[in-house]
Amino acid sequence: MAAELRLAGIGVRYGGVHALDDVSLAVRPGAVFGLIGPNGAGKTTLINATTGFAKLAAGTIHLGDRRIDGLPPHRIARAGIARTYQNIRLFGKLDVRTNLAAGAFTHAGRMSDDDARALLQRAGVPELALDATSATLPYGDQRRLEIARALAAQPSTLMLDEPAAGMNPAETARLVETIRAIAAAGIGVLLIEHDMSLVRAACDDVVVLNFGAVLARGTPAEIVQDPAVIDAYLGSSAEHAS
Amino acid sequence: MNLGTFYAQHSRLIDEIGINALLALSLSVSLQAGQLALAQAAFAGIAAYVSAIASMQFGVPLPASIAVAILASALAAAALAYPVRRLRGIFLAIATIGFGEILRVVLNNLDVTGGAEGLSGIPNDVTTPIIYGALVLVAIVLAIVARTKFALAVALTREDENAARGVGVDVGSVRFASLVLGGAIAGLAGALYAHAFYFLAPTDFGFPRMEQILVWCVIGGVTSPIGGVLGAVFLSVLPEVIRPLADFREITNGLILLGVILFVPNGLSTLWAKRGS
Amino acid sequence: MIAQQLLNALFLGAVYALFALGYTLIFGVLDILNLAHAAVYMIAAFAGYSLVADGLPLPLAAVLAIVMAGVIGILLDRVAFAPLRQRNAGTLVPLISSIGVAIVIGAIARGIYGIDERHFVEGGLDATPIHLGPVTFTSVEALILGTAIGLMLALSYVLRATTLGRNIRAVAQDRIAAALLGVDIERTIAATFFISSALGGAAGILTGLEYNAVSLDMGAQIELKGLAVIVLGGMGSITGAVIGGFAIGIVETLAVAYGLSAWRDALTFGVMFVILVARPAGIFGARALRSA
Repeated sequence: MAAELRLAGIGVRYGGVHALDDVSLAVRPGAVFGLIGPNGAGKTTLINATTGFAKLAAGTIHLGDRRIDGLPPHRIARAGIARTYQNIRLFGKLDVRTNLAAGAFTHAGRMSDDDARALLQRAGVPELALDATSATLPYGDQRRLEIARALAAQPSTLMLDEPAAGMNPAETARLVETIRAIAAAGIGVLLIEHDMSLVRAACDDVVVLNFGAVLARGTPAEIVQDPAVIDAYLGSSAEHAS
Repeated sequence: MNLGTFYAQHSRLIDEIGINALLALSLSVSLQAGQLALAQAAFAGIAAYVSAIASMQFGVPLPASIAVAILASALAAAALAYPVRRLRGIFLAIATIGFGEILRVVLNNLDVTGGAEGLSGIPNDVTTPIIYGALVLVAIVLAIVARTKFALAVALTREDENAARGVGVDVGSVRFASLVLGGAIAGLAGALYAHAFYFLAPTDFGFPRMEQILVWCVIGGVTSPIGGVLGAVFLSVLPEVIRPLADFREITNGLILLGVILFVPNGLSTLWAKRGS
Repeated sequence: MIAQQLLNALFLGAVYALFALGYTLIFGVLDILNLAHAAVYMIAAFAGYSLVADGLPLPLAAVLAIVMAGVIGILLDRVAFAPLRQRNAGTLVPLISSIGVAIVIGAIARGIYGIDERHFVEGGLDATPIHLGPVTFTSVEALILGTAIGLMLALSYVLRATTLGRNIRAVAQDRIAAALLGVDIERTIAATFFISSALGGAAGILTGLEYNAVSLDMGAQIELKGLAVIVLGGMGSITGAVIGGFAIGIVETLAVAYGLSAWRDALTFGVMFVILVARPAGIFGARALRSA
């Protein structure tokens, strides 16, 4: 089940604009791979391309041996890729249990209370009421519920799109624990983030995107010292929690 | 008055309520999937005519003529599903309304359908027990489906199509299946209609009828499975109840409709839900 | 021959366009379909007829009836749409409440005027044909076309050159941004309903004049044709509604000219269906309100 996600030479075009240009990266099972860059750099486009919501103009995407670019989104989900969304896309009117059952759609589509609790535990919100309407939950709980829903799919690769947005430093630190535990269980995690403290604490490797192209790659320690990165990204925004 | 005389006086209304409930169920299947597909009346019309013609011109016995009619309407739904697969919301609604209008013109112009004068003398062999038996059967089938993964897929499709795709739901198939299922149920209603009321005209299944079905479903409540049935029963009985109001029937009808929708916008069925869990 | 057909299409299309503009305005601003529009069209026609029957000169009667239609539009919003707006009830529920209002308006019309068809001018209107080169038309038709075009130009002016028009376009584009910029949303919506229903009422009166007939069910046909028009032109586009109206006028006139009049509606809705499938945005595809 654990498989490596490999993006090779990805290109995405919207009209005449290169939203992504020759981007390559690999997410190994058990690793946490960070993707950072200024707004508009193409980070969400990359997730959309990987999950089948944006067409590739160039390059290939493989999950293990299997080529997944060009597949419709629901087939890519079935292949083992799960994600969370920058603006949270829970099934708001449905309760917590149903959201988790939805996450498990590619398997059972049914969620026992025990399994639900286990997922919530792994996502760091074990005390959530299963019958609560998900849109009524506090913001931070919604984010974690989204992570739990993604975990319910038993994915090879989990893609988190700015999961720390709106969190305070204490919550962000807890999120680091959650993410590292998920990776330790054998899942490959692709983490898009603005919050450098989170990236530094959680990620093994990082790719920096700028204007759709790879600006730098390396460990978090390496890229924060990269002059090109500082110039384009860190220098102006410094360290900030979104 | 005993039950017998009550039935004798109101048998047409009782039959109508049963068929209206079926029509409401057929639309609610689409609405549950979040599709405003307003072609149910047209599907019912196709089935009604197919069933009538099968019986009258080909001497097909009732069960077979109903089966053939359901097949016809389901096929029509399947055929319609393809061109409208990318349409959502009001665009889907208008496209399906257009389909209904095209059908109305076709029915008006073909000899075999009797043109604008319609068909009369259809064998009157559908009785009240048959109608309500069919209704119960469909209700049971839908209740069974409600426990399957398909029902979850339908709910997710309705709530957020892209998030649904993200968790592995084949949204295209869900939309197709719900349209065809709705078409089949509407077909059953149409076939029963033809044999229960033994007269068909193209105007029986036009936009006014479709509007009516939509009103039943929304008044009853879209989110509840019995919502459509509730709305159909309530709004079919209402004109009879307010009959003593004579000339004020129509305006009372409209005002009650307005009143319900403004005070209980989620439908009458939600009144029960609040009291329940 | 072609010129005559085109002119006939023009007369037909002008009224379709006028009616469809009402749909487009409401759809552009609120993203919903106003299914009471045809009822306003009908009752304005009756009001115009009855004022003329009471002895008012036609222009005055028409203006009064159009203003009445506009006022009904404002009431329609207050009763059926505004309360639901506040409660975030979605797009389906307002559709139903507009149906409710349509039923009420129909009942009122029936109560006041009865079920018989009425004639604007008993004994027929002044239908002296006017010959202009290859084409022939009546003074009534010329009046109708002139009025319709005049109203459309007036609408275009309002939308382009007045504060109200700017506000309407702002609300149509982005309601939240418009509110932030200080636009009074509720008043702008009310004004939009006034204009939309006034145009619908005008279309009703013009149709009543064209056929010298006013009947309770006159809304049924144009209600759906109006949808075909706005689909063709693009759902929120003013220019689109105008062009779409004439386009549908051409489709229908040619259908009748080529002996297909029994299939006329099927052609109209067939064209609409094809456009929806092939290019859902319509000819002028935009969801934002544009001015002519």
